[in-house]
Amino acid sequence: MISEETIKHIAKLARLALTPEEVTLYSKQLAGILDHVGELAKVNTEGVVPLVTPTDMAIAVREDVVVPFKGDSEDWAVENAPDKSGNLYKVPAVL
Amino acid sequence: MTSIREMRDGVRNKKLKAKDLVSEALKKAHDAQPKYNSFISICDESAMKAAEHVDKLVASGKDPGPLAGVPIAVKDLLCTRGHRTTAASKILDQYIPPYSATVVEKLEEAGAIVIGKANLDEFAMGASNENSAYGAVKNPVDPTRVPGGSSGGSAAAVAAGIVRAAIGTDTGGSIREPASFCGITGIKPTYGRVSRYGIIAFASSLDQAGPMTRSVDDSAIVLETISGKDPRDATTADIAVPKWSENLKDNVKGLRVGLPKEYFADGIDPEVRKVIDNAVQLLKAQGATLVDVDLPLTPHGIAVYYIVACCEASSNLARYDGVRYGLRTKDAANLLELYEKSRGEGFGAEPKRRIMLGTYALSSGYYDAFYKKACQVRRLVREDFLKAFAKCDLIVGPVTPGPAFKLGEKFSDPLKMYLNDVFTLGAPLAGLPGLSVNAGFTKEKLPVGLQIIGPHFEEQRILDAAHTVETHL
Repeated sequence: MISEETIKHIAKLARLALTPEEVTLYSKQLAGILDHVGELAKVNTEGVVPLVTPTDMAIAVREDVVVPFKGDSEDWAVENAPDKSGNLYKVPAVL
Repeated sequence: MTSIREMRDGVRNKKLKAKDLVSEALKKAHDAQPKYNSFISICDESAMKAAEHVDKLVASGKDPGPLAGVPIAVKDLLCTRGHRTTAASKILDQYIPPYSATVVEKLEEAGAIVIGKANLDEFAMGASNENSAYGAVKNPVDPTRVPGGSSGGSAAAVAAGIVRAAIGTDTGGSIREPASFCGITGIKPTYGRVSRYGIIAFASSLDQAGPMTRSVDDSAIVLETISGKDPRDATTADIAVPKWSENLKDNVKGLRVGLPKEYFADGIDPEVRKVIDNAVQLLKAQGATLVDVDLPLTPHGIAVYYIVACCEASSNLARYDGVRYGLRTKDAANLLELYEKSRGEGFGAEPKRRIMLGTYALSSGYYDAFYKKACQVRRLVREDFLKAFAKCDLIVGPVTPGPAFKLGEKFSDPLKMYLNDVFTLGAPLAGLPGLSVNAGFTKEKLPVGLQIIGPHFEEQRILDAAHTVETHL
């Protein structure tokens, strides 16, 4: 079982607003999923190095040179902004 | 319907006009929309312009490219510069990318023409294309059934004969499963073959784009066009792209075909089993040797995948915060509410579930037991495959335990939906190339794909084997 308190805590960490119905629904569904994935504990992984990149590859390096991006307009970076002022994004007060 | 090879040869030899191919595809796309809902947007204007450009190049004697005039559908997960890209999510409903994915740029440079953005499960999360904010996609083979997912729209567009090729992406099976359900060919390349630049990220260590087509030759031609090292994606491999289509052979003589006992256990639909067994015998009749292999960690693949993918997704989807692009709530009293409510309003249920699962598995006190553990088991999964490949040259089996299921059948039980992925998860976890090629039909005429998995970077080998299957079926 995963408590509704825990669901609310995770939602806060993930910056997700949930309705009370969603809290109840996800609490049930996540409990089921977590039960299933929890069985990984049975696999012996002593001394096993975690794998993230599945294909063997060296870390790619490149010259520290800026390649400027040419957008279709001067203000391409704020084109999709929900609220802006000139070429700045507008948000509620941060502090 | 004309093959890609015939289409591009026709255009290059002035026997066909790109304008005609494209207007035909656009008309079919619009006509089929109410039936299958395979598109989120159709690019009438830009496609006709691009077609005119290709025809002009041909007329002036310039090289129009190896995919000249070929209409193509692109999963609405790949950014298309100046054209709406939604990831099938409300949170990106009106998003217009300022850039195109490398895959899209390569296709356009080759003369291919994007005629529409194909529908998908939201943020590529799903196996039925029922999770789209723009409605479910219907399987053209049987419209009461799902086309599979998450590249359901791409599969449907090809299966319905709208286009000969579509681009999908595969993280846990999202090219192979819909390809199987819709009776077409679909290939997920080796991790690092194809650039992920400009592809809206779900799970960065798993995502790969690939072609979905009517034939193996079509897939080979498209795959070689979109593959290659990309300085803008540091996870692309520094390895040459072979001429897969030029070297495509119908020849499996002496090839050792591995049959994992875990892929042929109980729980597989008997009709699916019949088709797969028949395909295996076909390969044997064509000169391959059958070898029993083991992939003992197969049952744990679901747990590994869902932890790794959801953890990576929780990080990748953190950028949708309503600040610079995408949906912003009208209801925020402060900055925190702006984040929480924009995301709460914008994301569908499946992305929310996966973000929550990933956040939980990465959180303090759970990180070692879940995420670190899953990454350790992932290494063991990869080792399983490498051990198997010491005894065989390729691995075959079913794509899913059953054929295309009915719309709504698995939708309310997320875990049931996840269990459907048991055979497709292995290849992405290990970074291996895998494909699905149609190998027959059930009694109810539902398509069944044969899955073929190869060692890293051995796309030629699995394409050849798939070509043998399609030739001799």
